[in-house]
Amino acid sequence: MSAMETAGIEPGFRDPVFDSQHTFRCILDAFGYVGRAQVLSRANTRIGPLDPATIAVCLTLTDFETPIWLDPVADSKPVRDFLAFHCGVTVTSAEASSFAIVGNPASMPRLDQFALGTDLEPQCSTTLVIQVPAFDGGPLVRLRGPGIQSDISLAIPSLPSWFWEDWQANHELYPIGVDVLFTCGSSVLALPRSVSVEV
Amino acid sequence: MTANQEGAARGGRRSAYNFAYLDEQSKRMIRRCILKAMAVPGFQVPFGSREMPLAYGWGTGGIQLTASIIGPDDRLKVIDQGADDATNAVSIRRFFKKVTGVETTEQTSAATIIQTRHRVPETALEERQILIYQVPSPEPLKRLEPREAETRKMHAYGEYGLMSVQLYEDISRFGHIATTNSYPVMTNERYLMSPSPIPKFDNPKLGKNPAIQLFGAGREKRIYAVPPYTQVRSLDFDDHPFKVQRWTQSCSLCGATESYLDEILMDDKGQRMFVCSDTDYCATRKESQQASSNDGTSGSPAHPSREAEKGPNS
Repeated sequence: MSAMETAGIEPGFRDPVFDSQHTFRCILDAFGYVGRAQVLSRANTRIGPLDPATIAVCLTLTDFETPIWLDPVADSKPVRDFLAFHCGVTVTSAEASSFAIVGNPASMPRLDQFALGTDLEPQCSTTLVIQVPAFDGGPLVRLRGPGIQSDISLAIPSLPSWFWEDWQANHELYPIGVDVLFTCGSSVLALPRSVSVEV
Repeated sequence: MTANQEGAARGGRRSAYNFAYLDEQSKRMIRRCILKAMAVPGFQVPFGSREMPLAYGWGTGGIQLTASIIGPDDRLKVIDQGADDATNAVSIRRFFKKVTGVETTEQTSAATIIQTRHRVPETALEERQILIYQVPSPEPLKRLEPREAETRKMHAYGEYGLMSVQLYEDISRFGHIATTNSYPVMTNERYLMSPSPIPKFDNPKLGKNPAIQLFGAGREKRIYAVPPYTQVRSLDFDDHPFKVQRWTQSCSLCGATESYLDEILMDDKGQRMFVCSDTDYCATRKESQQASSNDGTSGSPAHPSREAEKGPNS
């Protein structure tokens, strides 16, 4: 293994054990109460173009077992160094990734370009971490499914025009498919594959 | 290390272990599996079950789930067949007291995490509470098809006819569906799921529950989940609809008529009594009855909010 230049790498969680536990519980709540944003109060590091929530999700969930894909915006030396140092992740292609970090949703690949899992192993799919500028102000969609009492509306801006159409196609593959975790500032909002959308 | 200092300052946690016993990499692996399980309700996600300081069969799956999600601000409740004071519950509660130092409670409504062996509490759960089931045998099809390679395919392609045949055979032999615990359910209309050996009395509480429900099988190395407000349907037939157990007796201690009752033999002559299996529910009802009989008012139970929380199925 070649020596890594560690000078200039920002610190990760102040307290790795408790901060990652707290962050995970917020992510779990996000998956449990779909469409409701959760604030990651322990997220405090911004790396290059990536918000504290995006970084906190990486610190909490990724390690040497989870190859990640970085979109052209996220793929920079500070981000690569930070994730290699703190998480020990390797960077890979979209279809081989466990997690995909999307810094600029407008130019992201179509959802079926990522790992979707198989009938026997639906868990072997990519979790997309999509960083958006806000959780409201975009086109209104209505979500239904597990984690939602009856239905909930969502208006995420800056997504590509095909996103919700692709999402419905992704949902129709259920139980195969990708899961999405939207991040913004220090908040997260989950969109598991079990959720259907009405535009 | 700051983690050890913060944790050790609370409740006399043993700092020789990492917080909550598991190492961080194991927790991360389990956390990722929990999220997959939440995304695909009822699907059994394989995970790298770790050796725990308890034998398999004593709730190691549930313990690993609890260890992966618990934090210093949680209040933990552990029940075994509804009781807080049974051996399994006491030892697991002590284990977490030792390795996390978190507060423990016997009150269902005060707990943030409830680890359970084979019961769902009578008191209705609320949003953000997490119910963790200890699962001995996660595969509902195992008794019908022992080969795991086959049962995995049956789940993959939604081939669940065999289970209907089993229920039908019950009807043809006994006149009714004779399964009383581990009664199979269909989760989110996709995966056949074992609700762990809870009595079928508790099955209606699984669906549309505001709490997060996680299931852990340590020996079988599987995690599955029922997210809040998920549809969970107990299998049945149009002419043999699903029914829960009912008792003609009421609880001898608190008088409850709607709770799940345990039958206790009192002597060798066959005398018996029926009591609530949920000790917290029973004790709370007794307390509120005493409080209202002491001050002569019937309308002021000791825990009014908890009385109000009794759901339609409790």
